[in-house]
Amino acid sequence: MSTDAIPSTSAAEPTFLLGKLSWNSLPHDPIVLSTMVVVIIGGVGLLALVTRYKLWGYLWKEWFTTVDHKKIGIMYMILGLVMFLRGFADAIMMRLQQVMAFGGSEGYLNAHHYDQIFTAHGVIMIFFVAMPFITGLMNYVVPLQIGARDVSFPFLNNFSFWMTTSGAVLTMASLFVGEFAATGWLAYPPLSGIAYSPSVGVDYYIWALQIAGVGTTLSGINLIVTILKMRAPGMGLMKMPVFTWTSLCANILIVASFPVLTAVLALLTLDRYVGTNFFTNDFGGSSMMYVNLIWIWGHPEVYILILPLFGVFSEVTSTFSGKKLFGYTSMVYATVVITILSYVVWLHHFFTMGSGASVNSFFGITTMVISIPTGAKLFNWLFTMYRGRIRYELPMMWTVAFMLTFTIGGMTGVLLAVPPADFVLHNSLFLIAHFHNVIIGGVLFGIFAAINYWWPKAFGFKLDKFWGKVSFWCWVPGFWVAFAPLYVLGLMGVTRRMRVFDDPSLQIWFAIAAVGAFMIAAGIAAMLIQFAVSIWKREALAETTGDPWNGRTLEWATSSPPADYNFAFTPRIHALDAWYDMKAAGVEHPAEGYKDIHMPSNTGAGVILAGISTVAGFALVWHIWWLAGLSMVGLIGAAIAHTFNYKRDFHIPASQVAATEAARLRQLQAAGA
Amino acid sequence: MSSITLPAGEDKPVYYEIDEHPHPEGHSTLLGFWIYLMSDCLIFAILFACYAVLGGNFAAGPGPKDLFDLNLIALNTAMLLFSSLTYGLAMIAMQNRNLRHVQMWLAVTGLFGAAFLAIELYEFSHLIHIGATPQRSAFLSAFFTLVGTHGLHVTFGLIWLVTLIVQLGRHGLNPANQRRVACLSLFWHFLDVIWIGVFTFVYLMGML
Repeated sequence: MSTDAIPSTSAAEPTFLLGKLSWNSLPHDPIVLSTMVVVIIGGVGLLALVTRYKLWGYLWKEWFTTVDHKKIGIMYMILGLVMFLRGFADAIMMRLQQVMAFGGSEGYLNAHHYDQIFTAHGVIMIFFVAMPFITGLMNYVVPLQIGARDVSFPFLNNFSFWMTTSGAVLTMASLFVGEFAATGWLAYPPLSGIAYSPSVGVDYYIWALQIAGVGTTLSGINLIVTILKMRAPGMGLMKMPVFTWTSLCANILIVASFPVLTAVLALLTLDRYVGTNFFTNDFGGSSMMYVNLIWIWGHPEVYILILPLFGVFSEVTSTFSGKKLFGYTSMVYATVVITILSYVVWLHHFFTMGSGASVNSFFGITTMVISIPTGAKLFNWLFTMYRGRIRYELPMMWTVAFMLTFTIGGMTGVLLAVPPADFVLHNSLFLIAHFHNVIIGGVLFGIFAAINYWWPKAFGFKLDKFWGKVSFWCWVPGFWVAFAPLYVLGLMGVTRRMRVFDDPSLQIWFAIAAVGAFMIAAGIAAMLIQFAVSIWKREALAETTGDPWNGRTLEWATSSPPADYNFAFTPRIHALDAWYDMKAAGVEHPAEGYKDIHMPSNTGAGVILAGISTVAGFALVWHIWWLAGLSMVGLIGAAIAHTFNYKRDFHIPASQVAATEAARLRQLQAAGA
Repeated sequence: MSSITLPAGEDKPVYYEIDEHPHPEGHSTLLGFWIYLMSDCLIFAILFACYAVLGGNFAAGPGPKDLFDLNLIALNTAMLLFSSLTYGLAMIAMQNRNLRHVQMWLAVTGLFGAAFLAIELYEFSHLIHIGATPQRSAFLSAFFTLVGTHGLHVTFGLIWLVTLIVQLGRHGLNPANQRRVACLSLFWHFLDVIWIGVFTFVYLMGML
């Protein structure tokens, strides 16, 4: 057990060919080294399998180059799931370290490694788990809900996905080549400045987030335009499904906040690479400028994450209560109010900056005001359930768990919004418990509800209920066992990011929290088993109607999975719950008169551009200037070459549409018989 | 929200569009580009905010009055304003479907843009030469970054402009190219507006 912090990269003289990269950049720590060996063996095995079964052509043609919003949505979900396992491994390591490091023990992680783990955990869970999950959901569901055949900019959608993946790849590379930031997930200067973090960790952080940020911003623009321009005829804004509304607001937040992150990270980059003095301690720099700016992005970001899930809970509650949503209009207004208010609360993340009583009061009050529209939403869900015929399918179970968990998380948030209380609780484990309470209880539970809800739509079979329940009953109590102790510890004054503890009386709480973490691990394992079992038993779980839950919105009007073109005929909307309305009116789908359908063509440009971006990011991290320059030129060249391609679409012939639809009709009749 | 809203007097509401519902290619490109520009505007907003907060931190180094030459900046501003004017003429030529004139006015716009960049680079090299480098103080860091980011945008605008002139030569004024000319027009005027902000806020107010 080494006790001192040894950076894994020693300050060797940079070379022209490899920059700061050398043999010393590869891991020496036995934990990281063994992980690397396992990952390399697993990775080579996976590549071998893909080659053995000749899947490369299939993957490239059907998935990597696809511009189909449904496939891109699924790829986002897979990315989120893979990164979730990595982020959770970090969480378990932290729990183990903290429960061991008592009574003179240093635990099993040295300080340098531990600091990287908590940084990577936060960065991965927010940027490469929660963001891909919600972007994937919005991508898959929004065009179907508004009766569109794809998003407005299908190529941009593919490109956005690969840029997000590129950021994830760089983050994962830092585990084995060099190191990751050891600064905490927002990389506050001056700690993240070159003077105190001279190694490549913060550079990995910067370039991973910048590249992924391009994808996020473009995907935000894409979805806003899609929702505003591509709704089926008759669907006025106040006839949009709630999930589409919350997606619209979340994407507006993305476009109005991610540029702030881009700008502030660019300034940090200049400080580190050029030697400017934006956030340095001397020559007039101000590190609090960084803290303000990053939270002007960071606070809207948490609403970017939660708003789409509020939409999911609305859809699920209404569907499984067999009623239309209570207070649709108030739900929309509450969403819009939250969108606006999320911009005027950022300072509550650092009341301790000392900006004075009036400023702190302002931000404390705006923060508390946000709980009003949020509370209105909660009551709307409760009133939707009231006197409904509730079916406790898995999505509904997750929704009820969310309501209970999130409410408590929200209340501890209001506590933290009181500046004097915040001075005591700032940076304590109480804060950690609070935001995990809302992010796990809100965002993650919502994603699980959404996966269980829309999986049959995406794949044509339901998820296994037994393993879903096992997962649920491990996750929800596991969450409380893991995080309730952190509330207690936080109230006792224990701060976040501690590696070792002196006071032995605290150990029991960390032990309980570790038990909770392992319950969550069991929940994750059960969920993976649920996916595997469901795929295995997909014949038995098959869903042929396209409408397994007796749904109310347009996505259930299509087959499961929907055809490439989603809708053979564009639906015309007369009511808020469009599909429910159509079912009530006994509408028959026309069985003839199909026309050629205009569709966008697949393209490899997104993969190529994002691939070059990854190389550029890696070269910039390691100061390999020739490679950075070359890949920048390559990037611009490839982008320009792409604009010389004017043929980006094709038509699905009417005969093919007719065949697909006839097959579906037979399936429907078989299901009905 | 009633569950079904039937227009009165219509007994059989239509639930599916039997005729193909056309979305001409690129029908929402301009809206998308506008939203992109607003996101870019936000980046400049942050840089302006940094300049506002850090612009007085000279760290015992030179300040605006020691460094800025308003005559040079006036010339520079004129270059950019003229380039916006000539881009406007290119747009008029496009409406008249005169390909040669579109290309010519775009080329003139490019020359004004290049002149703007040349003057800016001269200014930067002069400042660095006399020791007013971006590393000297937070004021200079914020100054070089704000003005330099604008210059970088103009550079990308020039690359786009050249690409577009070539593409116009190849494919003429087809719908895709018309859309591209319109988008670049938005981009170019947007940079002009940002520059008005820089000129007023950084240079004029700095000399007060």
